[in-house]
Amino acid sequence: MSAPERRLMEGSEAIAEAAIAAGCRFFSGYPMTPFTEVLECFAKRLPEEGGACINAESELEAIGQAWGAAATGARAATGSTGQGLSLMQESMSEITRAEIPIVIFNMARGQGDYYQATRGGGHGDYRHIVLAPQSVGEAVEITQLAFHLADKWRHPVVIYGDYLIAHTAEAVGIDRIDFGPLPAKDWAVDGSLGGSGRSRNVNPIGMEKGSKGIDPNRFWQNLADKEDEIAVAEQRYEAVDTDDAELLIVAFGTLARFARAAIRDLRAEGIRVGLFRPVSLWPFPSEALRQAAEGCTRVAVLEQNAGQMIDDVQLSLLGSVPVVPIGGISTDAAGFGIGALLDSDLIAGRARDAHAGRPVPRGVVT
Amino acid sequence: MTDSNDPLRVIPTDAPPVGACRKTGDFVPPLTLMGEHDLCPGCGEPLALRQILDSIEEMGLGQKAIGVIGIGCYTALTSLMDIDLIQALHGRAPSVATGAKRMRPDELLFTLQGDGDMVNEGLQEVIHTAARGENVTCILLNNGVFGETGGHMTATTVLGQRTKNSIEGRDAGEHGYPILIGDLLARLQGTAYCARASVHDAKGVARTRRFLDRAFESQMKGQGFSFVEILTMCPTGWFLPTAEGPDYLDQELGAVHEVGELKKDGVLIED
Repeated sequence: MSAPERRLMEGSEAIAEAAIAAGCRFFSGYPMTPFTEVLECFAKRLPEEGGACINAESELEAIGQAWGAAATGARAATGSTGQGLSLMQESMSEITRAEIPIVIFNMARGQGDYYQATRGGGHGDYRHIVLAPQSVGEAVEITQLAFHLADKWRHPVVIYGDYLIAHTAEAVGIDRIDFGPLPAKDWAVDGSLGGSGRSRNVNPIGMEKGSKGIDPNRFWQNLADKEDEIAVAEQRYEAVDTDDAELLIVAFGTLARFARAAIRDLRAEGIRVGLFRPVSLWPFPSEALRQAAEGCTRVAVLEQNAGQMIDDVQLSLLGSVPVVPIGGISTDAAGFGIGALLDSDLIAGRARDAHAGRPVPRGVVT
Repeated sequence: MTDSNDPLRVIPTDAPPVGACRKTGDFVPPLTLMGEHDLCPGCGEPLALRQILDSIEEMGLGQKAIGVIGIGCYTALTSLMDIDLIQALHGRAPSVATGAKRMRPDELLFTLQGDGDMVNEGLQEVIHTAARGENVTCILLNNGVFGETGGHMTATTVLGQRTKNSIEGRDAGEHGYPILIGDLLARLQGTAYCARASVHDAKGVARTRRFLDRAFESQMKGQGFSFVEILTMCPTGWFLPTAEGPDYLDQELGAVHEVGELKKDGVLIED
């Protein structure tokens, strides 16, 4: 197979092209910065591919439309920013329970939506798979992986991007990635089974045809068991320079790239710093983090919020290594999440403080 | 051809029947899995569902239909419907049906929603779906009350109607006015067919069936959005003896939400 042609693409376009390469034929969305261009690209491209893109009148309707499309077996997606995803949470909860594969893009305003993404976000007892790319190139791969995992597990997958993913241009090539065989969608509805006694009901409440009773215990327990399996099987991460590290920086998404630049500078100074980057935010790669943190004197959590992922870091390490926050609230006036923390010199300075055991300032107030 | 040995041929009329004759007792309505349901005595929703399923079957669409179901008493009917279904959230069925129809444009896509579902929780969904001219049929079972919670006021509750949270009757000053959703949707350009029916008597049931047939025909012709509102009895939620449900529907609910066709082939039907 020849390598795909590489060309300069903004992340929004690359994501839409990657989704289409993965077989996505339905998208619905409502404009909101910095997500809007993802919608624009789907609106232009999906009709050309025989698919459909709906300019939904609200995020509630966007997720509902994607729900209906996915329930018929189509690969479908929606998206917004974290604000829009707040509006979608009711449906995201129910879609998880109905076990409908769907991909949801969060082009987030910074990293303040970590809890929303990883804790289930809506009512009830569930979690989504959450994948956080660090670059446009990785977003192309992760977008395709997301559709595969959604179908594999019959589970929603959230892609946690941000302003930089959506609006940075990189030279990328897009070719369909084969992640292996998937089970047949023998649960989806195509309208053909009426009157057969085997008609289907894609539903989130455990209703069974031909039976008046619901067994909620069995219904919820099946879902819980599946999530336990996902939690073991789908942990993804990247560990860089962790073997000899005294200080381990934990960062996700685009912020990890700034951390990587800081680590290069610190290594040049002789400070032994490593990077652990969770790629799956749920399931959180706890075991790999424990291994990466072995031998470290301190673990520094770099995140662009008041401290959310640090919970998962602490739950993973269980007090075995001191954990210090070195990120904090940092955004621009518009709230788009492109704040002063996106500066490798500033991050390097905080890492030096953390390495030396000095107090680290919280947040970035300009 | 007749069989003179068939005991069902002669039905004695000199005494009241001791039970359903075999023809009635064994009859299984089309596209159903069970002959019984758990809704209250006197409820109009099973009557409406029967008309929907009969219409789909007789139009030959049983193997080309997907229903999207809202949340209300009628949700319990999904266990007996032998038709492909998607269970939606309260209020969200028109959007779910939209997504499904875009991926399966040759199938008949219909929603089944109550007044609380459609006119309260999901009003914007049905309006936007109609305005977009989505080629789906939304079916409203309108009894003017939240039946499932035990009789609370909805956006279609008529003035003077007593509910558990308008205990002295719906008052315009305090609770505002009912929404005549059919009249509202009929005026949107994307709506091709729009009608209001009722199931409180045999004539109403026949009319319901006729309007459903026309709505489904409109969708299969690709005319755009179609809508059938069906007024249904809810004696439990109206706090009435079962037998008084049909008259209350006719004289109270039906006096405000007037039955009849509102739009056909994209053309408004004026009085």
